[in-house]
Amino acid sequence: MNIIRIEHIAKIYKVGTEEVHALRDVSLTIDKNEYVAIMGPSGSGKSTLMNMLGCLDTPTSGLYQFKGVSVSDMTDNQLANIRNQEIGFVFQTFNLLARYDAIHNVELPLVYAGVPKNERRERAKRALIDVGLGDRIAHKPNELSGGQRQRVAIARALVTNPSIILADEPTGNLDSKTGEEIMALFHEIHQKGNTIILVTHEEYIAEHAARIIRLKDGLIEKDEFVEKRYVPELKREQ
Amino acid sequence: MRILLFELKEGLIIALRAIVSNKIRSLLTMLGIFIGVAVVITMSTAIKGIDNSFQSGISSLGTDVLYVDKWAWFTNQEWWKIRNRRNITMEEYYRFKDLVKLPVAVAPVTNTIQTIKYNERRVENVFVNGSTADYVKTTNFTFAEGRFYSETESNAARQVAVIGSEIAKKIFPNISPLDKTIKIGGHNYKVVGVLAEQGSFVLGPWNPDNQVYIPIETIFKNFFNRSFRTITINVRANGPAMVEETKAEIEGVMRNVRGLTYNMENDFSINQQEGLQRSYDSIVGVIQIAGLFITGLSLFVGAIGIMNIMFVSVKERTKEIGLRKAIGAKRRTILSQFLLESSLICLVGGLAGLIAAIIISLLINQFIPTSIQIDSVLIGIGVSLLTGVISGFAPAYTAAKMDAVEALRYE
Repeated sequence: MNIIRIEHIAKIYKVGTEEVHALRDVSLTIDKNEYVAIMGPSGSGKSTLMNMLGCLDTPTSGLYQFKGVSVSDMTDNQLANIRNQEIGFVFQTFNLLARYDAIHNVELPLVYAGVPKNERRERAKRALIDVGLGDRIAHKPNELSGGQRQRVAIARALVTNPSIILADEPTGNLDSKTGEEIMALFHEIHQKGNTIILVTHEEYIAEHAARIIRLKDGLIEKDEFVEKRYVPELKREQ
Repeated sequence: MRILLFELKEGLIIALRAIVSNKIRSLLTMLGIFIGVAVVITMSTAIKGIDNSFQSGISSLGTDVLYVDKWAWFTNQEWWKIRNRRNITMEEYYRFKDLVKLPVAVAPVTNTIQTIKYNERRVENVFVNGSTADYVKTTNFTFAEGRFYSETESNAARQVAVIGSEIAKKIFPNISPLDKTIKIGGHNYKVVGVLAEQGSFVLGPWNPDNQVYIPIETIFKNFFNRSFRTITINVRANGPAMVEETKAEIEGVMRNVRGLTYNMENDFSINQQEGLQRSYDSIVGVIQIAGLFITGLSLFVGAIGIMNIMFVSVKERTKEIGLRKAIGAKRRTILSQFLLESSLICLVGGLAGLIAAIIISLLINQFIPTSIQIDSVLIGIGVSLLTGVISGFAPAYTAAKMDAVEALRYE
């Protein structure tokens, strides 16, 4: 069954008097346990598509079904619920709250889900152990390295058991070695049965995915499965 | 309901973290509310205290006492017309006293301002009242020690005195004044009675506590002769219900005594404390409004401070708001988070202000009476919470309706 089904969606922004067609006519489906990379130069509409997929934004026209339910005409609160329960975001700049330690950062989505404190603690702790940060639970972001911060962010994305993980340039702020480690972590997460959507403009990052969707000028230029997929070695940062 | 409580609890924790992570800023913001609430509460307790004190002071005058006087306490008549009235004399008092039937007590009163001395201690500018033994029946006086002077002492112009509680405190700080000999304007008097505390500082020199009472005949003997100035006749009606009737009677009797014919105006006035009450009410009303307005301004300035800081805080945390929205915070949640933050700041500042106000009130109480009431405490808490909600609303609303995509992109 498709998790995501998009048919002929378009997004038009108004900038002053001019209309900007960020997305013109995009259709795609993403199934459970897929590992998809969305690629494209800046201005191709990949950020817009990403926001749409993440239910942060709604399309101007077209159909977007998330697990068979139309998202296009949902209210703000319903969208917030979908984001909370079905989607895990990973950002380029990590977006951790500086005054919260690792476990509180990871807990945050569960707070909005209304999960009681003890269960929250437990699940957040498990998520941190899963990303290899079991010994950094009480560290604040400024006491962690870039890679570790991104791992906290990934733990935060995973903690609600979402249907999809949406990662926007997750290695963009990391050196290549650390980036590789993060990609290995994504690989591992994918192996466990998660669905991952990766937005990137770097070819070698995209090649970690099983499928690459290339956007150009608000249209899908190419949608293909990767033949020579790059599988990272599974090793952990010590 | 449970969800609401959960959100409230989590929102409080989040707000608390935000406040604590910005200690100095939060403290300075609280200071604004602290000062605002402190002055508003202090002001209102002071006004309340003065008012209470006045009310008790004025009731020590008696609601059923009428003052037949040459002078009117409150009048629209021209001053010279009143000044040209004939003095009220002792002879008129005697005839008046014989003719009236309704009053329970009638007493002539005159006064002089003198210095009171006992050994080295002295009090200057004291109202010394001269009257008869019946005077005490026209008042609600209670005695700390001793008694009022008797009819015999009064008629015989004895050198005896009854002193108010404040006077007693000043010249007899450690010993009982009873039977001691004090000097009033150079003459010796034996103290036969000391009043218990009666009234109120707001009455100033008219406060019985600051006065001395001697027989009227003694005043005429020691200080001036009986036709030197007009006297006042204090008349007590038989209870407040009888005031109007008594007033009518004494007006008629007084006109008769003064030999006024039907076409002549009264050449005397019948005063009562009701008039005092009225003019007091209007003065206090103005003080109250002006005082609360001025102190309210400082609270308003504090509120603007909160609003300002909350706007800054929202702007600063744009990215955080974007993130919170991305991971599932609803508008309502963001709104309540910031509202809770501003309310919490106000509440803490307000409570501190309240405590300060109570301390200040207790200090002021040494000089003028203040009255801390449970309602002003509740008002203090309520006002600070309300300030928090009102001044926090616009910033919180801005945060709540932020576009998540743009907020996340904000640097």
